[in-house]
Amino acid sequence: MSQAMLDLLWRSFWETIIMTGFSGLISLVAGLPLALILILTDRGGLAENLWVNRSLGAVINGFRSVPFIILLVALIPVTRFIVGTSLGTWASIVPLSIAATPYYARIAEVSLREVDRGLIEAARAMGATRWTIIREVLVPEAMPSLIAGFTVTLVTLVGASAMAGAIGAGGLGDLAIRYGYQRFETEIMVAVVAILILLVSGVQWVGDRLVERLDHRIVKR
Amino acid sequence: MNTQALNIPTHTTGEARPSEASGDIIVKLTDVCRAFGDTPAIDAVSLSVQRGEILGIIGRSGAGKSTLIRCLNGLERPDSGSVQVEGMEITALDERRLQPVRRRIGMIFQHFNLLSAKSVEDNIALPLKIEGQSRAQRRKRVAELLDLVGLSDKAKHYPAQLSGGQKQRVGIARALAAKPSLLLSDEATSALDPETTRSILTLLKDINRQLGLTILLITHEMEVIRRVADRVIVLDRGRIVEQGPVWQVFANPAADTTKSLLQVLTPELPPTLRARLDPVAGDDAVVKVQLSGDAARQPFFAGLIGVRLLHGGIDTVQGEPVGTLFLGIPARDKTALEKAVQYLKSNADHVEVLGYVSGDA
Ligand SMILES: Nc1ncnc2c1ncn2[C@@H]1O[C@H](COP(=O)(O)OP(=O)(O)OP(=O)(O)O)[C@@H](O)[C@H]1O
Ligand SMILES: [Mg+2]
Repeated sequence: MSQAMLDLLWRSFWETIIMTGFSGLISLVAGLPLALILILTDRGGLAENLWVNRSLGAVINGFRSVPFIILLVALIPVTRFIVGTSLGTWASIVPLSIAATPYYARIAEVSLREVDRGLIEAARAMGATRWTIIREVLVPEAMPSLIAGFTVTLVTLVGASAMAGAIGAGGLGDLAIRYGYQRFETEIMVAVVAILILLVSGVQWVGDRLVERLDHRIVKR
Repeated sequence: MNTQALNIPTHTTGEARPSEASGDIIVKLTDVCRAFGDTPAIDAVSLSVQRGEILGIIGRSGAGKSTLIRCLNGLERPDSGSVQVEGMEITALDERRLQPVRRRIGMIFQHFNLLSAKSVEDNIALPLKIEGQSRAQRRKRVAELLDLVGLSDKAKHYPAQLSGGQKQRVGIARALAAKPSLLLSDEATSALDPETTRSILTLLKDINRQLGLTILLITHEMEVIRRVADRVIVLDRGRIVEQGPVWQVFANPAADTTKSLLQVLTPELPPTLRARLDPVAGDDAVVKVQLSGDAARQPFFAGLIGVRLLHGGIDTVQGEPVGTLFLGIPARDKTALEKAVQYLKSNADHVEVLGYVSGDA
């Protein structure tokens, strides 16, 4: 493999890292509060408000039902407004984040919903405020599951970032499509796939170790 | 509130129990109702609890025990009636204004409800954190509490690493952390084995004596009531059907619910003997005698001739003797038998001729 090819691989690798990393982070920071709002405003929740709950649920469902490739194109004006351009790696973070946020919100909602109601009741019986219940009970108790869900989101983002090549974002997926698929350069394609496998396995491994460390529900030896 | 008018069997003590002597009422419920759909879970319950008292609450599953106890800290909202804790009207407070009141009320749960993500010390410290205590204050108080429940060596452990009894000790320590004046316990020992139950009850009783803590305790186990409670109320379909000092209710249950709940504690005629019972005649009459208090302390058998003890015995509840005896009384001489039964009736709480046996009884 030529030096130029290696440079290209290296650059594409970083583009993928930037795309998934930043949009992952944004989906975490935005998705978790959305999930909390969904849980708190639901029937029997700590801040029951069915109107807010149903409206937010509908918006999330709306974004989740649009295929990513269409979202990518449809969001071009928004991206141009936020980033100043609709092309390139940084520009792709906008549609990726907007797709990943409702996705993670739903995953985190499930994690939070699984927290034993008895624990929330115990905290209420102690005289805890709503904010204390969120901070001391809901989020810490759901943490292992929240991280496992975030790992799934990141891995999904690695895949979705390949499609961002359509708006010139680059990245490994784009490289594989342009060189491997369209020009039949098998070597490149194999290299890209190998790197993607390593990347995904690495993300999953780190996620699993974190979950293991934070999960105190099972006895560790 | 007039319980007599409502026809609730109410047992009155001759002498006041020491813990009732203070006469200071900490919990007062008046005509509390709570229904889920059409079925009332709590139906016009009125109740007063003295400071320092341990009140047992018994009743069949679904009788409304949990609903009743949850009304006290506002986890459940009554449809009507008044709930006063330390003079504070709970029903008038919204969720936010309930918070400071709840900090004065500890609660322990059947399934412990410990936070799995927090260590034992952090679990116990949570009510203190909620109260806004500093880290140093919390550490000091947690150390005291760990010592109290005998878990100082488990401070850094997580709940999953503890046994059921240890978890409940953490639950108790947590409930006591903010120095509550009232402790609510909803089947705190139901998930524990008899020995662990005993140690938990001893702990609760000690805390009650040392700190003068008032405890409301729901249980399915009559043994628990017998061991620790001063007074007991019996719930049936949301109503209080009987109440009084434990030894009096146990000696002389009036309501059917109470009788059937207490069945486990009262001795029964052995099946072999029961099978030989003749309803009309025989050598010996088999007489069931229930007695308690002073009657059980007297030289009881002195007035009886030729009487044998077939089965049963005297137990001690709250320091009072309570017992059920099955006696064999010679039945050939009808007038002598009649006299013996009359004598028993004048001394015991309850006397019943179950039947007759012939030959060796
Ligand atoms: N949140 C609820 N929604 C609907 N019905 C309820 C609710 N909580 C309690 N009930 C009903 O109210 C009645 C009393 O329930 P409660 O839990 O107080 O009984 P309990 O005496 O504590 O029973 P157990 O000994 O089984 O715990 C039951 O018929 C129950 O089905
Ligand atoms: Mg219950």
